[in-house]
Amino acid sequence: MRVSMSWLRDVVALPADVSAREVAERLISVGLEVESVDHVGADLVGPLVLGRVLMFVEEEHSNGKTVRWCRVDVGEHNEAGQTGERDGRGIVCGARNFAQGDMVVVALPGAVLPGGFQIAARKTYGHVSDGMICSPSELGVGDDHDGIWILPGDVGAPGADAVSLLGLRDDVLDIAVTPDRGYALSIRGVARETAAAFGFLFADLVQKPAAEDSDSWPVEVHDGLGCDRFVIRSVSGLDPTATSPLWMQQRLRLAGMRPISLAVDVTNYVMLETGQPLHAYDRTRLTGPIVVRRARSGEKVHTLDDAVRTVDADDLLITDDSGPIGIAGVMGGASTEIDANSSEIVIEAAHFDPPTIARSARRHKLPSEASRRFARGVDNAMQEAAAERAASLLVELGGAVLQAGRTVVAQPVVRADINFDPQTATRLVGVNFTDTEVVAYLEQIGCRVNPADGGWVGVTAPSWRPDLTMPADLVEEVARLHGYEHIPSTLPPAPVSSGLTHRQRLRRRVGLVLAGSGYVEVQSYPFQSPQVHDTMGVPADDQRRHALVLANPLSDEEPELRTSLLPGLFATMRRNAGRGADHLALFEIGLVYRPDPGVRHPHPPRPVVDRRPTDDELAAIAALLPRQPHRVAVVLAGERERSGWWGKGRPSAWGDAIEAARAVADLSGVSLTVVADEHAPWHPGRCAALMVGDTLVGHAGELHPEVVSGFGLPERTSAMELDLDLLTPETELLTAAPSLSTHPVAKEDLALVVDDQVPQADVAAALIRGGGDLVESVRLFDVYTGDQVGPGKRSLAFALRLRAPDHTLTPEEVASARDGALAEAGRVTGAALRS
Amino acid sequence: MSAPNSSFDPGEVTPLHPQQVQLAVDEALAAIAAADDLEALKRVRLEHAGDRSPLALANREIGALPPQARAEAGQRIGAARAQVRGALEAREEVLHRERDARVLVEERVDITAPWDVRPRGARHPLTTLQERIADLFIGMGYEVAEGPEVEAEWFNFDALNMPPAHPAREMTDTFFVDSPDSGVVMRTHTSPVQVRTMLTETPPIYVICPGRTFRTDELDATHTPVFSQVEGLVVDKGITMAHLKGTLDHFASAMFGEGIGTRLRPSYFPFTEPSAELDLRCFVCRGDSVGNPDRPCRTCSSEGWIEWGGCGMVNPKVLIACGIDPDQYSGFAFGMGIERTLMFRHGVEDMRDMVEGDVRFTLPFGLEV
Repeated sequence: MRVSMSWLRDVVALPADVSAREVAERLISVGLEVESVDHVGADLVGPLVLGRVLMFVEEEHSNGKTVRWCRVDVGEHNEAGQTGERDGRGIVCGARNFAQGDMVVVALPGAVLPGGFQIAARKTYGHVSDGMICSPSELGVGDDHDGIWILPGDVGAPGADAVSLLGLRDDVLDIAVTPDRGYALSIRGVARETAAAFGFLFADLVQKPAAEDSDSWPVEVHDGLGCDRFVIRSVSGLDPTATSPLWMQQRLRLAGMRPISLAVDVTNYVMLETGQPLHAYDRTRLTGPIVVRRARSGEKVHTLDDAVRTVDADDLLITDDSGPIGIAGVMGGASTEIDANSSEIVIEAAHFDPPTIARSARRHKLPSEASRRFARGVDNAMQEAAAERAASLLVELGGAVLQAGRTVVAQPVVRADINFDPQTATRLVGVNFTDTEVVAYLEQIGCRVNPADGGWVGVTAPSWRPDLTMPADLVEEVARLHGYEHIPSTLPPAPVSSGLTHRQRLRRRVGLVLAGSGYVEVQSYPFQSPQVHDTMGVPADDQRRHALVLANPLSDEEPELRTSLLPGLFATMRRNAGRGADHLALFEIGLVYRPDPGVRHPHPPRPVVDRRPTDDELAAIAALLPRQPHRVAVVLAGERERSGWWGKGRPSAWGDAIEAARAVADLSGVSLTVVADEHAPWHPGRCAALMVGDTLVGHAGELHPEVVSGFGLPERTSAMELDLDLLTPETELLTAAPSLSTHPVAKEDLALVVDDQVPQADVAAALIRGGGDLVESVRLFDVYTGDQVGPGKRSLAFALRLRAPDHTLTPEEVASARDGALAEAGRVTGAALRS
Repeated sequence: MSAPNSSFDPGEVTPLHPQQVQLAVDEALAAIAAADDLEALKRVRLEHAGDRSPLALANREIGALPPQARAEAGQRIGAARAQVRGALEAREEVLHRERDARVLVEERVDITAPWDVRPRGARHPLTTLQERIADLFIGMGYEVAEGPEVEAEWFNFDALNMPPAHPAREMTDTFFVDSPDSGVVMRTHTSPVQVRTMLTETPPIYVICPGRTFRTDELDATHTPVFSQVEGLVVDKGITMAHLKGTLDHFASAMFGEGIGTRLRPSYFPFTEPSAELDLRCFVCRGDSVGNPDRPCRTCSSEGWIEWGGCGMVNPKVLIACGIDPDQYSGFAFGMGIERTLMFRHGVEDMRDMVEGDVRFTLPFGLEV
C-alpha cells in the first residue's frame, strides 16, 4: 500500500513539522511495515510551468521522424518570437497526441527532471528548442509513456508553477501489509493507525448512508457463505467525456495505479480510501438479476483482461441471465464492462469469504488489488458507505444523477464478544499492565469493552478487524500500542538438558573426522534430472530410480529429489575441477528421499486442528512420507598425497574411498566388512560392498569409467556412500575395554601363493581362524605377481603377531599357531606356503 | 719377551727408565692434544695406548725385573698409562661434542620449504554455524530437535494455523511433491519440527531446530531455493515476551559480541500471537551511522539495525493442535536464516558462494566458525 503524505495529512491532523520519516518510524513501531519513504519529485528543479500550445507545424525530417515545431504560451516566461512580440516560446516536440489550445507542462531551460535530466535551450531539427513539453513519466509520475500530459483547460494560467498545482512533489510511504491487517490496505486504516501511533483521536472518514426504500437492481445470492453482503447503487447520465480531476489522478498515480476514466478512477479511488473494492457495470449490458453462486464445472468466463478462463467449482461467480459476468472478488467480465461510452453505471460493493477469494486468485494467478483486499478481509460494515461514496463522486465530478434505490443482500452479522481477562496481557507480555491501561489500548483501536464478571471484560472488535478473534490477538494489540521496545529482557528459568543425542553427536564427529582427513564439506541441492540414473549406469529395476518428483520444480530439467548423495557431489566436483582444482576430496552429509514404490495417497489425511490429532491420524500422516535416511558420501580425485620437492606423491584410489568409510564406521564402534561387488556407479572390478554383519550399509571404490566421463569427472575418481542411520544404532553401543597382555609378542611372516581370484580378506580371515586365540593381528604387507609364482597366481605376504595373555609363548606354541593358520588358509583358499 | 734372569740391572731395562716413561707420556699427550677429530684420536689411541704402544711394551718388561723392583716400576707405568687414558677420554669427549655440534649445523634444512603432503579439509560454515548455535542453546538447557525435509502439509501448514487458502500460504512459495494436493511438500521452514516436538514431548519444552528448508526462489546473489534455518521453541508455565526478548538478546551478544542486542517490531506470523520481526543491532557501527552521513555503514545501510528473523508467542491455536493446554502453558518461538546470519557475520557477499561448493570458499573456515 502506497500512501502519499498529502492524502494522509488530509485525513489526520498531523502537525506540519512532523516529517514523513517520523510518521514511518511511528507506524513501524505500532506494527505497520513501512518498507520505504519515497520522496517523489524531490529531484525536480524548476522552472516547470503550465503552457498553452498556441500553434504548431509538423515537419518531416530526413531520418523519417515527424516532429512538431510548437509555439507555447508560458505566461511570464514568454520571449519574443518572429513577430517581435513576447507571445511564447518555440519548442520542438516529438509527440503528437496534443492539439492546438491544449494545456501542457513545460520544462524551461534550467529545469532538471528526474534522473538528473537537465533542460537547456538547444538546437535540434533545425530550430532552437527553448524548453520541453513533458509526459507524465518524464515528470516522475506514473509510467505513462503514451505521450504528452494533456491537462484540463481550467487547471491554471500559462506560466503558473506546475509543481505545486499538480502536486508533483510528495512523500510516499510504501507499506508492506501483513495478511492479518487488511484494514491497512486503505487510507482509512493507515490514518487510524497513524492517529493511534501519535495518540490523536481519529474521526472516521465514512458514515453509513440513510436507508433507501427500494432496490437498485435485482440481486440473488445463492451462496451466503461465499458472499455475506452484496450492495448495489446506481447512477445514470454520466458524461462519458468527463475526466477525473488532477488531484484524484495524482493520488492514484502516487498509489501506483493508472488513471483510466472517471468511472474506473472513482472505483479505484474509493477502494484506496476505504479499503472496499468496488466493481462498476454498464447497466445497459446487464441482463436480468445479478446472481452470486459457485461455478459449475466447465463454465467459462471472459474476463476484463480479455482472457477466457475455465473456472473451478470452488470459484465464486457473479452471473446474470447471459451467464458468468465476473469471478467474484478477483476480476470482472468483459461483457458488462464499462467503456468510453458508458453513462449508466451500476456500482457493486460486496463482502466475500476471504479463503474463497484467496483460492480463486491463486488458481487463476490473478493477484488483483481487489483480491488482495478480499483475501485479507474487508470491513463488512463498509459496503453501503463505499458504494454511496463512489456514486456521489460520479454525481459531483461526472454530471451523473443518483438513481433512487439501493440493493442490500446481507446475512446477519454474527460476531461473538471475546471474553478477556485483561491480566492475560501481563501474563503473556511480561509487563505489569493495569486493567485500565489494557482497556484504554483496546478502545484506541476501536474495540468496545464491556465489564464482565470477575474482572474480565467482553470485547467487541470493530468491523474492520476480522483478525481479532481470541485473547492472544488482543494481547498483541496491547503490546504493540504499549511499544515492544518497552518489554523487559529476562531469561527463562534454565531447565536441564541432556545435550545431543547419540546420533547427533556421531554425525558431527563424522564431519570432523572427514574434514580432518582432508575432505571438504559441500551442501548440494537435492534436485536432479531423471537422466541421472542412466548416467550413473543404474539398472532399470534399481530402487534408486524410484524418486519423488516435484510438482513445481524450479527447472523442468531437474524435477526429481535425490535418492543418493552422489550425483550432487559429482556435479560439485565437476564444478571445482572446471575452476582449476586438480586434487579434490569432497564430502556431504545429508538426507536422501526413498519412497516405497507403488504407494499412493489419493486423499491425504488432514486432521482438524482444534484438538490433538489421534494416534491413527498421526500414523496416517506419517505414512505419506518417504524414508529419509541420513547419508554420508565422499568423492575424490587427483593426488591423495601430494607430489612436491620431497618427491612423488600418491594418486587417490579406490582404497581411499574404503578408508574413508572405515573412518566413519570406526566412530560408531562398528567394523566394516568389505565384500567385492558389482554395483553402479562403481567400476565392476573395484567396487566394495560395505557390510556390518549381514547388513549392507554402503558401497565404496573407484567409479566406472563411463560414469566418470558421463559426469565429466577427473580420471579415476573414487567415491563412497554410507547410510549413517544403519551404521549408528539409536542407542549407544558401549565399547568393551580390551585387556592388555604385557608378555612379548611373537612375529611370524608368511608368504602364501593363492589363485589370483582369491580375495586377501578370505585368506586373512582363515589365518586368524586357524591361528586360534594366540593371533593378535594379521596384516597383508606385500603382494607379488610374476614369474616366480606363475600365471594366474598371487603371492600374499602376511605379518602375524602372536601373543598370550598370561605367559611368554614357547617356540612350540608359536609353531603350532602358525601351522594351524597355514592349514586353515590352505583348506579354505588353497593357499600354499611360497617356496 | 725376555725371560726373567737372575743377573739383574734395572738400569739396563731401558723402557722402564723413568725418563723413557716420561718421554712416552709426553709424546702421547702431545699427540692427543694434536688430534683434531675422532678418527685422528682413534689412531693416536692405537699408537699411544694400544697393545703395541711404548707404554704397553714397557709394561711387559716389568715381569723381567727382580721382584723387589717390580712394584716401583709397576706403579710408574700404571700412573703413566692412567694419565694417557685420562687425556684420551677428555679429548674424546671434546671431539664428540664438537662433532655433534657440527652435525646439527650440517643437518640444517630450509625450514620454510612447503610440507603439504596431506591435503587440508574443512567443514561447511553453514554446518559449523548451526552447531555453534545449537551448542549455545544446549548450554542454556535446550535440546536439538530434527525432522524430515519432505514433510506433510499438515505439519508444515495446517498445524501452524495456516489452513488451506490462508493468505500466509502465499507468503511462502512451496515445492509440492508429486502434485499440489498430495499433502506432501518440501518443508518451507523448520517450524514443522516444533509441531512434531510438541506432539511427542510434554512441557517444559526447550528445543532448538536447525535444518534445511526449501522455497521456490531462483538462485541469485541474495536468494537460494535451498537454505537453512534455525528455530527455537520454548513451552513452559509462565513464559512471557520478556523471556523471548532476553533469550534473543543473549543469543545476539553470544554470536555478535558483547552489547549487541535485538529489537522487536510488531508483525504477523500465523503461528505466533503476538508476533514480531526481529532486528539485530548492527555489530559493525552499533548504530553510530544513523543520521551520520560522514560515517556510513555498509553492513546495515546506515539503519543501525539488521533484519535477522521473526519471533513471537506461540499461537494458542498451535498449542491446541498439538494437545497443549494454552491456559496452563505459554511459549515463545523464534527463527532466522543461517545463510543470512553467515552473510553478515562473516561478510559473505554472494549467496551463490555458499551453495556452489567451491572448495576455495569453504577451506578458510576450517573446522569451526
